[in-house]
Amino acid sequence: MYDVVIVGSGVAGAACAHELSRYKLKLCVVEKEEDVCCGTSKANSAIVHAGFDAVEGSLKAKLNVRGNRRMGELAKELDIPFDRNGSLVLCLDKEDMPKLDALYQRGMANGVEDLCILDREQVLEMEPKLTDQVYAALYAPTAGIICPFELNIALAEHAYANGVEFRFGTEVKDIKRMADGYELHTGCGVLRTRYVVNAAGVYADTLHNMVSEHKLTIIPRRGDYCLFDKTAGSHVRRTIFSLPGRLGKGVLVTPTIHGNLLIGPTAMEIEDKEGINTTREGLDEVMEKARQSVRDLPMGRVITSFSGLRAHTEQDDFIIGEVEDAEGFIDCAGIESPGIASSPAIGEMIAQLVKERLGLEEKPDYISVRKGILRPSELSREERQELIKKNPAYGNIICRCEGITEGEIVDAITRPLGARTLDGIKRRTRAGMGRCQSGFCMPRVMEILSREGGIAMEDITKSGGESRILAKPSDRGSRYGTV
Amino acid sequence: MEQYDIVIIGGGPAGLAAAISAKKNGAASILLLERDKELGGILNQCIHNGFGLHTFKEELTGPEYAERFVVQLKELSIAYKLNTMVIHVGKDKVVTAVNGEEGLLEIQAKAIVLAMGCRERARGALAIPGYRPAGIFSAGTAQRLINIEGYLPGREVVILGSGDIGLIMARRMTLEGAKVKVVAELMPYSGGLKRNIVQCLEDYNIPLKLSHTVVDIKGKERLEGVTLAAVDGRRKPIPGTEEFYSCDTLLLSVGLIPENELSEEMGVELNSITSGPRVNECLETNVEGVFACGNVLHVHDLVDFVSEEAAEAGKHAAFYVMGSGERSVDREIPLLADRGVRYTVPEVVHPSDMEKAVTVRFRVSDVYRGCYISVYFDEERVLHKKRQIVAPGEMEAITLTREQLLAYPELKQIVVKMEER
Repeated sequence: MYDVVIVGSGVAGAACAHELSRYKLKLCVVEKEEDVCCGTSKANSAIVHAGFDAVEGSLKAKLNVRGNRRMGELAKELDIPFDRNGSLVLCLDKEDMPKLDALYQRGMANGVEDLCILDREQVLEMEPKLTDQVYAALYAPTAGIICPFELNIALAEHAYANGVEFRFGTEVKDIKRMADGYELHTGCGVLRTRYVVNAAGVYADTLHNMVSEHKLTIIPRRGDYCLFDKTAGSHVRRTIFSLPGRLGKGVLVTPTIHGNLLIGPTAMEIEDKEGINTTREGLDEVMEKARQSVRDLPMGRVITSFSGLRAHTEQDDFIIGEVEDAEGFIDCAGIESPGIASSPAIGEMIAQLVKERLGLEEKPDYISVRKGILRPSELSREERQELIKKNPAYGNIICRCEGITEGEIVDAITRPLGARTLDGIKRRTRAGMGRCQSGFCMPRVMEILSREGGIAMEDITKSGGESRILAKPSDRGSRYGTV
Repeated sequence: MEQYDIVIIGGGPAGLAAAISAKKNGAASILLLERDKELGGILNQCIHNGFGLHTFKEELTGPEYAERFVVQLKELSIAYKLNTMVIHVGKDKVVTAVNGEEGLLEIQAKAIVLAMGCRERARGALAIPGYRPAGIFSAGTAQRLINIEGYLPGREVVILGSGDIGLIMARRMTLEGAKVKVVAELMPYSGGLKRNIVQCLEDYNIPLKLSHTVVDIKGKERLEGVTLAAVDGRRKPIPGTEEFYSCDTLLLSVGLIPENELSEEMGVELNSITSGPRVNECLETNVEGVFACGNVLHVHDLVDFVSEEAAEAGKHAAFYVMGSGERSVDREIPLLADRGVRYTVPEVVHPSDMEKAVTVRFRVSDVYRGCYISVYFDEERVLHKKRQIVAPGEMEAITLTREQLLAYPELKQIVVKMEER
């Protein structure tokens, strides 16, 4: 019997596991996919918002501001990159100034620090590539950019290092109430637990509705993005939002933490909870709207496009708390933007809720810091030389676009909660994420994964399930996917 | 710091030919750096024949063609390092590379030959909408998986793009037992060589759909199918023409991009059409002593011409380091690509410095039948060459002689264009 089972290992579930791993608890995270960070957390704007967007008093407002404040320290503890690059909300029309003022006022009420409104000259001096139409902007220096994969993976790895169990490929199909907790019926057997944390992203409603009469609906809201080559990464320094105005909901233009440029998203409500296909219209819209705020975007340097879902609710706020008619079942639902920014505070809030009920005791042997994958490119010349001498795999560059070595890929596979798929390696190391989009390194990465992970070449997948890279076994039962 | 007269970056066909030529023309200390575990570059995965028709008057396979050059390189005792990736080249011609045996290396070069080749354009650059399942490969990646690794990427295949690699892979996948359902090409003409259309598609009854593209990709885990649509004159899909093809594999052969990230770091200027360095008649870039050849300079269709071009680059690198490359800068004549001609390599010539003749390579922008390739020296037409057919998929070349150029002491510019009459 577990004390707490967390369903879902996206950034919210991983943050909950990370916070709860401080305490003496029998904890488990169940995840239907093969890895962490496979749902809404894997495809979003990767922004640590300052916190002026959400309505004053909402959970989104409160947790965003708190999460943003905590992120700097957390990134250090987890050994992941984070950059407070600041954000600008552009006002392109004098008539829209009251809206910009309202955002400023809301930000002040939410407790966002150092907000200010800049005039046209100040803004253009800060970001020369902005549209000439810019009239003023709201500047939030505390906003930042982060890698959503690394944040999510680091939170999970750290929880694992502190004793949290993870079960992948384990989909919760039914939940039964018991006298002392819940029974989770999964594709891989039954788990019994005193508490359930429902961090199931776009499926949080399905889980919630298994135990409660107060039905919840999550509406998947799809957003398309385009990612540019690193050579376009310095086009803007700050994250550029447009003011929701006559032109509709805004599309952002931002550098990413790894130096690419990202534009998006659209907002399309859909029914399919796995509907992460991009559309022609969506991609066109992203490009058109991005051009309204930033000039000279080098569209020829787009290296990939993708789409992600937001777990939107009618309440338009995070739903965090024990379900009224299901004692011991704690929702962590409706986690959409600003979910990444809020995740540290979401973890804290859930931990507090559990603490109030279970009276938790801290572990004496809690490991407070995590060491990430060693990046030779970030070392000094001497350190790098020394490292290669000790382990020649760090001198063997596999992904030439991102300069990722065999050593880093081996680390990603063999470390705790290591990668089992090509996407898993990509999200941990960036191998395959560059301008050639894995054209050169894929066969080499497959070989390393096969060797280190003990997976036959023919069984290697892109992201688990049937996403096999090589041909399916032949009907004639002859050679299996080989020439 | 190690010192070499000439450092050649890349051990594919261009790097090999440049190294051999540099040595034969007198350069003493040459180092070739190759990131793969063997020399030959992409030729190693091109196991089909048809290489060397111009150079050796034989039909060789890719590895055989490479072998001829590798043997010469070894006979000439030219130094090379394998598994060695160049990660930076400074303006001072200090080359930083890394490998597992020696770690980080810094090498001071007097001259550098850029021969890094190109990469395949990926799906993202085309913004093809739809899902992102497994089973979508660039054609060259699939070629490597089959020919080098020995794995079959899929069984039911659609190919987008009729570049040469796509055509070759249509045949290759067919020979390995896969069903290639269709090759779709966005343009109204193929981007590949005529002989490949015949030998790789027509011989196997694989349909080629011109003016078609992929407009949707289906399959959440492994690819389940793609939707093709016809495109109009502006290459926009025409509603109502969509047609679904079930398949587990989509190969992309949609263009090659010279890999000039290192070149740009050291200040080499690129041509916006070729995405390769801008060079003069010695194939020297705007950075003195830095030469470029092969697919990093502009994408070729025949390796024979890569070797020929690279030999020129290697020779001029040798002349440069031996001090016989003294340049006069008084007369520089630009070459302009005009109507129907997309670019020229080189972009500029120095008549007083050049050798007896220079080959000017270029591509046309459309298919032209019964047309003329014309060269103008200022207003005067000096070449008017009748051609039955020219196509963007086949590189063209003309020759300018020194004698001819010196006969025009007032020459301001040379224009290359296509003319109907």
